[in-house]
Amino acid sequence: MQTVQKIVHDRVTPSNPKTMSIDCGGIVSTIAQNRDGSQVVVGGRTVFKIFNVDDEGFEEKHNLRVGKHVNLNYCAADIAWNHIDDNIIATGATNGAVVIWDLNKLSRCKQEHVFQEHKRTINRVSFHDTEHRCLLSASQDGSMKLFDLRKKEVGLSFSMGNISIRDVQFGPSNLSYFNFAAADENGNLMIWDMRRNERCERQFPAHSGPVFSVNWHPEDRTLFATAGRDKTIKVWDLVKQKCLHTIYSIASVARIKWRPQRRYHIASCSLLVDCSINIWDVRRPYVPFATFDNHKDVTTSIIFKNKDPYVMLSGSKDSLLYQHVFRDAKRPGEELVPAGVDVSVHGLVGHANSNKQGKLNTNLDSGGLMAGLLHKKSTDRHDHFVDVAPYMQVFLDTGQVVPIEELSWMVESAKRYLLTGKSIEELCKHNAQVSLSLNRGQVAQSWFILSTLFCTNQCDIKPQHPNRTTSVSVSRHVDKSENDKNKSNKEVTVDTDDKTVDDGTSGNSDDEIDDKELDSRLSNIARGQINPDWDIFFGDGEPGSFDLRAMNNFTANNKEEWILPSEAFHPRHEILDREALSYTFPHGGTDPHAHLAMENELSTSVVTSPNVDQSSNEVLTTDMRLVQCPDWEYVNIVTDMLKNFASEGDVQTPVCMLIVLQDKIRPYIDVELEEDWFLSYIDLLGRFRLWTIANYVIKLSNLPQISMLNQQSTTIHVNCNTCTRPLHRSSWLCDRCKTITNHCCICHLPVKGLFLWCQGCSHGGHLQHVKDWFSRNAECPTGCGHICEYA
Amino acid sequence: MEGLMDGVYRDEASLRFLHPVANRDRNVRKHAFDAIVKTVETWLTGYATPFNSLESISSVNGIGGNIAIGKLQERVPDFLRLLVECPFKDLRDKTKCLLDDLKKKGKSKGLKIPKRLNNVSFFIPENKIISVDTKDEQTQMLFIDAFIQNNRLDHITQVMGYHPHYLDCFLRTQQYLLRGDGPLPYHYRHYIAIMAAGRHQCSYLVNLHTQEFILAGGDPSWLSGLHTIPQKLRDLYEINKILAHRPWLISKDHIAKLTKGKDNWSVSELVHALILLSHFHALSSFVYGCGITPEVDHEGGYTYSGKSSPSNSNSASKHSSPSSSFSESGGDLGIDVLMERMKKLTESDEINDMTSEELLQQFENVENQSAEITASANIPTPRKDVLKFVVEPDFVYQDFAKRGTPCDIPSFRAQEYSWEDHGFSMANRYYSEIGTLLDDKFTCAYNLTYYTLGDKMNVDTTMFRRAVWNYIHCMYGIRHDDYNYAEVNQMLERNLKAYIKTVTCYPERLTKKEYDSVMREFKHSEKVHVNLMLLEARLQGELLYSLRAVMQHMT
Repeated sequence: MQTVQKIVHDRVTPSNPKTMSIDCGGIVSTIAQNRDGSQVVVGGRTVFKIFNVDDEGFEEKHNLRVGKHVNLNYCAADIAWNHIDDNIIATGATNGAVVIWDLNKLSRCKQEHVFQEHKRTINRVSFHDTEHRCLLSASQDGSMKLFDLRKKEVGLSFSMGNISIRDVQFGPSNLSYFNFAAADENGNLMIWDMRRNERCERQFPAHSGPVFSVNWHPEDRTLFATAGRDKTIKVWDLVKQKCLHTIYSIASVARIKWRPQRRYHIASCSLLVDCSINIWDVRRPYVPFATFDNHKDVTTSIIFKNKDPYVMLSGSKDSLLYQHVFRDAKRPGEELVPAGVDVSVHGLVGHANSNKQGKLNTNLDSGGLMAGLLHKKSTDRHDHFVDVAPYMQVFLDTGQVVPIEELSWMVESAKRYLLTGKSIEELCKHNAQVSLSLNRGQVAQSWFILSTLFCTNQCDIKPQHPNRTTSVSVSRHVDKSENDKNKSNKEVTVDTDDKTVDDGTSGNSDDEIDDKELDSRLSNIARGQINPDWDIFFGDGEPGSFDLRAMNNFTANNKEEWILPSEAFHPRHEILDREALSYTFPHGGTDPHAHLAMENELSTSVVTSPNVDQSSNEVLTTDMRLVQCPDWEYVNIVTDMLKNFASEGDVQTPVCMLIVLQDKIRPYIDVELEEDWFLSYIDLLGRFRLWTIANYVIKLSNLPQISMLNQQSTTIHVNCNTCTRPLHRSSWLCDRCKTITNHCCICHLPVKGLFLWCQGCSHGGHLQHVKDWFSRNAECPTGCGHICEYA
Repeated sequence: MEGLMDGVYRDEASLRFLHPVANRDRNVRKHAFDAIVKTVETWLTGYATPFNSLESISSVNGIGGNIAIGKLQERVPDFLRLLVECPFKDLRDKTKCLLDDLKKKGKSKGLKIPKRLNNVSFFIPENKIISVDTKDEQTQMLFIDAFIQNNRLDHITQVMGYHPHYLDCFLRTQQYLLRGDGPLPYHYRHYIAIMAAGRHQCSYLVNLHTQEFILAGGDPSWLSGLHTIPQKLRDLYEINKILAHRPWLISKDHIAKLTKGKDNWSVSELVHALILLSHFHALSSFVYGCGITPEVDHEGGYTYSGKSSPSNSNSASKHSSPSSSFSESGGDLGIDVLMERMKKLTESDEINDMTSEELLQQFENVENQSAEITASANIPTPRKDVLKFVVEPDFVYQDFAKRGTPCDIPSFRAQEYSWEDHGFSMANRYYSEIGTLLDDKFTCAYNLTYYTLGDKMNVDTTMFRRAVWNYIHCMYGIRHDDYNYAEVNQMLERNLKAYIKTVTCYPERLTKKEYDSVMREFKHSEKVHVNLMLLEARLQGELLYSLRAVMQHMT
């Protein structure tokens, strides 16, 4: 910008023009300048004067509105000054007369000749650039006439019906000598050849509604501008008849003029409402490049003084004739802080702004993501808006770069999050690490907070730091139960329990699972009548620690489920689990508390002897609540946090947190909302083809509505591998072929349950057999030579 | 038992009674009508259950037998309207059956079956009016459109049916003004229409929009007069008054007053209101200019008493009163003379030789001549039910030439503020799309021609049309620089000028005699055409003044 302005001053004309004005004594409807821009003629209903344009101010030179009969011919609707002969002026009057004025005439009245060819108001008169005897007029009656000033007669008449012609202009003589452009009230633009009047060379619709002004670009023959009532200025490529740029003004545009020596600048003034003159850069269609707002009423006519790009003359309805200088112009574009904000589909916000002119800062609020800024340098030196295009491109770039990463964190987190199987603290910390490694600081921090909030109690045990709530609960429980147990004692038992379970899981075998299931089932059945001895745990005044222990127990207890490499086992186990669940519901109620109670029971039943009555069960539930409400109500904050995550479009985090925190905050969140989150997350996982994880989440959801999802359509339809008929009766016998479809290739007996086969060689057999085989061998048991991969 | 008693208006349920039948789908119409027939039967037999929940049970049962009959009686004129002016034949047939049925069964219950009083127009004989089931497809489609939009095929639409191109523009614009997107609430729009029509005591439009006002959910208490309406609406009255009669008096101060203070109008609301006012002022002119009769189901549209209609005789007597300006012996230009003059004017360009003073003189001549023409002296006594919407009924048109201070109010230069350039942009700016609609309508009205004049074919009527248009603008002080006002005198003879002036400025005074005495060789459709031009030219004139004031206020 700085450099450009320097150029500006270098090119200024020797004299130093200044902003100045003069009252013409009547509404100015049109102005025109002589060849060298030293004089300007002003026309209007009550005014017709010539002013000298001096450095110091305007000076009235002639008043042409003199004579015996001042009639409507003196009321110029438009004025043109001959480009060659400095003494000839042509005016078009509202009554349809085209009048030629000769300033050399000796009499006071300079009226030279009146053409009365037009029936209606003249909208425009235009001299040819070099053929100084050629005058063109456009009238409301729908015709254009080419006058020959020497013969004082109409050379040719051009007409296209009776649609009013609003503007006409000869092309620049160096570019298109014989052409002129005309625009009519229906919005059509026409290009004529002045030698042929039968029809125009080209015609195409340019605007909706009347076109008020047309302007040839002074230097580029293809560029052409039109403006109209539809409030737009359009720049056309005349050859291709294509609209290159559209500028949206706030009001109907009355006049336009290209700025000399500038390829992309065009000046405009409005027909009404807006009094200012705007100079636009066509590439920046919403903010004017420069504005002159000196006039108090609408500007009716604008010209660049003597093709000088820095000085403008304008006439207005406020009777003033103004000379504007560019250095006094307002630059709306500069007053704006170029700033942009955009939100990508993935919720990323990118914004760019400049602290000082020209210097760009680009930031992306996306968890530390920074996108490279593409800064294009325009080659055009006169271009005042070099830095505009790059603004836009910043956003385009981020829009393209970010999504890939965006997807990856979601997928990555889904894969790497641990949802269960460890203590809450460990899970939280692990997940926090995962988030951190994926540059998601906020989420990581949230996980850390969770781990702190929900796991500190565990540490509290040793430093003997029971909080208030705990003590209250202690007293209550002391009242309620006779049994008061030693704290350390309890801890020991729990710990051992933990260990045994861990040992058990490490084996990781089918049989063990079955055992566990059997155990839990048994315990569940047992619980129908007898409850474990809760008092032992609750009497000691440390319910918090108990709870966590119990939780650990529970999770450890089920650990093998999470670690199991193949999902082949899940359905069977799941179903059993469900059975147990539904079994307990009638007993313990339907809410998560009951469920938790049951799970506690699962773990504790191993070590404790069941001998407790119904009332203790109630104690348990109350205690759970107490546990969840420590002295300050952070639970609400946590729920708010989860909701916030969800509302920001990240359902993954709240869902995972819900799972990890088990039932700690579940009761505080609307079940429907939870379902909503789960469903969205599961859906999202499905889109990324993370079916396994989705299933996993379903299983951990603990919501009947969600769990149902993988209980539906669990049937697998099998076709016979020889006749491809569906197998109806059983999965291993084809009724049609009368053959057993699947033999185990190790024991050669039909496989009636799960069949494991290699996708490479399609051999397989009983799950256990195949597993055993591959623990010792690498090749296929059939001897086909395929190195099967068992994972 | 006239349907409309003073201050008592039919409620919304009653007005909506027949609305379900206004549907394009034949089956829907059938079912809707069957439902109506059923309701009518239950009312007739007295075993009525409320037609809708709005009507409490007590009003129907018990002694309510009479109330049910009363309800039915109130709705019977609607059936009559359906019978005569529904564009769907199936509905007309069904209605006929129903009415016959009602006649038979209802007699014992004291149910009276009304008769239609008038044709569509006082001026145009029934057989010359475009019938509701016209064979012209475009017109028929427009009639159906109008019927579905307004739940009736009003007389205005039917008369405009001569000029389907124009009718199309008109219906679109009116629909947009009254029911389209706009800044004003719907009931306001209809109330403004009532206020505007009130200036010319046009009871036709007042009745029509009283109903629409109730249908739009307006407060019926507003209908008891201007003193009951919100201050905001009442503020508009001053501008309504000026705009209707002397639009040149409108200044930006009026606009400023309305847009400031408490309960002020926003500029877009005001522009909407101004357009509504102008539209209905001009439409009042058309209603009188074509002698449009009251709607069949409105007061004065039907009668229960025998064959002779009091209203007819009334109007007849009204029409018999002679008017001062209309010379009995005509002076009416024959079409041949008119064509001759047009030809002559086209050939010679008188305007060329005249100076601006001469031209101005011409303009003032026409203006002054116009002032000399006294419009019909017959000043009807305003009706009471309309008068409550009128303040200062004696504020009427005053000739522009006789305005008090010519220097303060110069003539309006059409070149300085034209509809195409300024008015359009101004209107569209504050009330989007209306500009385009009005523009289409103006262009259509201005350029509408069938190249016929009476029996003659292939006539270029441009000169005549331009003369009419510019004469109306001239009466409002709007001057076109590029028009030679001497042409007006050539084209329009004195009677026609008087007619134009009466219809434009004092439409309520027009009589059938005046209508008949001008343009004798013109067809009725051509006379309607002239009236359309009066409507549009007047509308444009009012809009130019009011929108210019808005612009001056804004800049």
